Amino acid sequence: MKRLLRGGRVVDPATGIDGHFDVLIDGDRIAKVGKDLPVDGAEVLEIPAGFIISPGLIDMHVHLREPGQEHKETVATGTSAAIAGGFTAVACMPNTTPINDNANVTSYILAKAREANLARVYPIGAVSRGSKGEFLADIADMRGAGCVALSDDGWPVRTALMMRRALEYAGMFGMPVIDHCEDPSLRADGVAHEGCCAGILGLKGIPAAAESIMAARDILLSEVTGSAVHIAHMSARTSLREVRKGKEVGIRVTCEVTPHHFTLTDDALAAPVPYDTNTKMNPPLREVADRDSMIAGIADGSIDAIATDHAPHHYDEKKVEFDQAPFGIVGLETAVSLTFDRLVHAGVIGLSRMVALLSTNPARILSIPGGTLAEGSLADITILAPDLKVRVAAASMRTRSKNMPFEGWELRGGVAATIVGGRTLYANPDAGLRI
Amino acid sequence: MTIPPPTTSAQPEPQAATALRHKDLLGIADLTPEEIQLILNTAEAMKEIGLRTIKKVPALRGKTVVNLFFEPSTRTRTSFEIAEKRLSADTLNIAIASSSVVKGETLADTALTLEAMNPDMIVLRHSSSGAGHLLSRICKSSIINAGDGTHEHPTQALLDAYTIRGRKGRIAGLKVAIVGDLLHSRVLRSNVHLLTRLGAEVWVCGPPTLIPVGIASLGVKVTHRVDEAVEGADVIMLLRIQLERMQGAYFPSLREYFSVFGMTEARVRLAKDDVIIMHPGPMNRGVEIASEVADGPFSVILDQVANGVAVRMAVLYLLAGGVEQHEEAS
Repeated sequence: MKRLLRGGRVVDPATGIDGHFDVLIDGDRIAKVGKDLPVDGAEVLEIPAGFIISPGLIDMHVHLREPGQEHKETVATGTSAAIAGGFTAVACMPNTTPINDNANVTSYILAKAREANLARVYPIGAVSRGSKGEFLADIADMRGAGCVALSDDGWPVRTALMMRRALEYAGMFGMPVIDHCEDPSLRADGVAHEGCCAGILGLKGIPAAAESIMAARDILLSEVTGSAVHIAHMSARTSLREVRKGKEVGIRVTCEVTPHHFTLTDDALAAPVPYDTNTKMNPPLREVADRDSMIAGIADGSIDAIATDHAPHHYDEKKVEFDQAPFGIVGLETAVSLTFDRLVHAGVIGLSRMVALLSTNPARILSIPGGTLAEGSLADITILAPDLKVRVAAASMRTRSKNMPFEGWELRGGVAATIVGGRTLYANPDAGLRI
Repeated sequence: MTIPPPTTSAQPEPQAATALRHKDLLGIADLTPEEIQLILNTAEAMKEIGLRTIKKVPALRGKTVVNLFFEPSTRTRTSFEIAEKRLSADTLNIAIASSSVVKGETLADTALTLEAMNPDMIVLRHSSSGAGHLLSRICKSSIINAGDGTHEHPTQALLDAYTIRGRKGRIAGLKVAIVGDLLHSRVLRSNVHLLTRLGAEVWVCGPPTLIPVGIASLGVKVTHRVDEAVEGADVIMLLRIQLERMQGAYFPSLREYFSVFGMTEARVRLAKDDVIIMHPGPMNRGVEIASEVADGPFSVILDQVANGVAVRMAVLYLLAGGVEQHEEAS
């Protein structure tokens, strides 16, 4: 079956296309992008001129919680949240129960993804068995079963030796190691960014250096091994400095930043709700200079990707004392609006860069299909409404957990529709698109 | 986040507020100077009650106050209990070891359970910073923070201020040196908020390992030289050094801590002739304070304990709507 998207502005950094073009979908593939394409029996979908036709967005850092923590999220609810957030694909972290450190768990996750049949799911396998940092996980097996990258996310790879071995071994398969950077001794039992806010609130601090020290170590190890390292959820300006230095000398380092780290600062610990456990995440919300540095890195290209670190937790788990609460917030359904509102409309980046951060670069870093509207590629398409008025409401979200600090926020820009493999899986009723 | 230090030139004492229009007392950070004055003035009247033969007034008759303590405490809990009884409140003590909470009920559920029995006030001591804020969001009852983690211990700071004011007649313009484990101290944070609000010149002193990041943003002077902190001081306040801190490599040994920071008679001589020595207790004699100083002529440590009852009576009374009720009645 053929479908013709007509009228929107196509933004595809991978092919350098940016302008008003028609997009012809044939089955699950992009057939052609061009001016005034003949209808030729295709179903015509009229796209308003102000809307953006982007290659499907890819969130390279989510926690789908299945298997084992289905009270927080499942592959089905998580991928449903993904398409509502404009993401046609997600890469899910291995800290499930049990850990995704072997092909059985990988296959289980992929079976659940096929069953849900929503956003594409690319599992990330553990670096080490049980993510304990002692023995390498079954990397070749997991690669064979469908893992696209390796990470012990949630737990840093403690020793330099283990990280070196992981990089060397993963390099054989061309898999990047996604690095949760945090020196455990410096982090200790910290729960918030070490700074004025935590100091005054009496919360144990996590210094920025805990992240940057390990980022620096692993960038050096990437140089030693020649393998690609990707710094996950970077939050500190000193880490960005290490990434820039690494890139300057040609080390294969990339990095991502979450929407909450380019939006919020540690001031959120004290107000509007003091000790709100929805402001507790790891890495923690940093101080203004760090947040501003992340924005600068997004603007100048030293940051490669925006990823949500979507971390669902049941409300029971968050309705406790601040130091007892788990780290993390959900992000799949707010990422696009925060990116529009805080970056695009704020004049930090243009649309092309937004698409690069949310689609082109994640696809390239993970070496997965998608991230482009080139002829013959997957018909994974996100239609964006840059001026849509969005009011964030947990109650209307699809994710099973509602833990996030943006309730009631009014943002400009959102998702109009999400197309995966040529099928329209999500059309936002507020955007008024008939698709 | 740099807040300029408050001016310490002799400024007039702020007028007292006429009422404490808060549901809870979670921290000094939420109070204005006028509200602090109101509490201190009210404590004067309460102190007199404690000197009577019959130490009881009916101010809180029919009110239920729950003392909910998740950490061991002798002096704070006792002080609150005496204060409540002198005001004729019905009091209830619940002491829960934190370990049993880990296994069982959450703080939120404990609070809801208590709340269902409709108490008027809950006095909460908890090891987590912000525990009172959590309770305050759940409960209609007034929450009084009796110490939350390393955040605040507001009634301790109020009784300290009351003690200082009683001895010195004022707080504005005084030099106050606070020496000890600042990092882990809720007493420090409450005192810094209070003393800077009332115009004192506050110096804090300890090893760099035990100084919270950002404390200078509250308008205090930070030093690692104890002589500089105590020189010309009107008030020296020592904070407890917990014996287990050595394991965290905060300092090498108690002996070395005492030699560098311990409050000895020689160091006290650098302060003003009429300096007062304070300690919120419990003391480690020979660690943060020499026994000669603790027991010496400048020590007001037992005054602090005595004043604690009056100050807590004032807080309970005012949070229960004391002044407003009184005005309505008159």
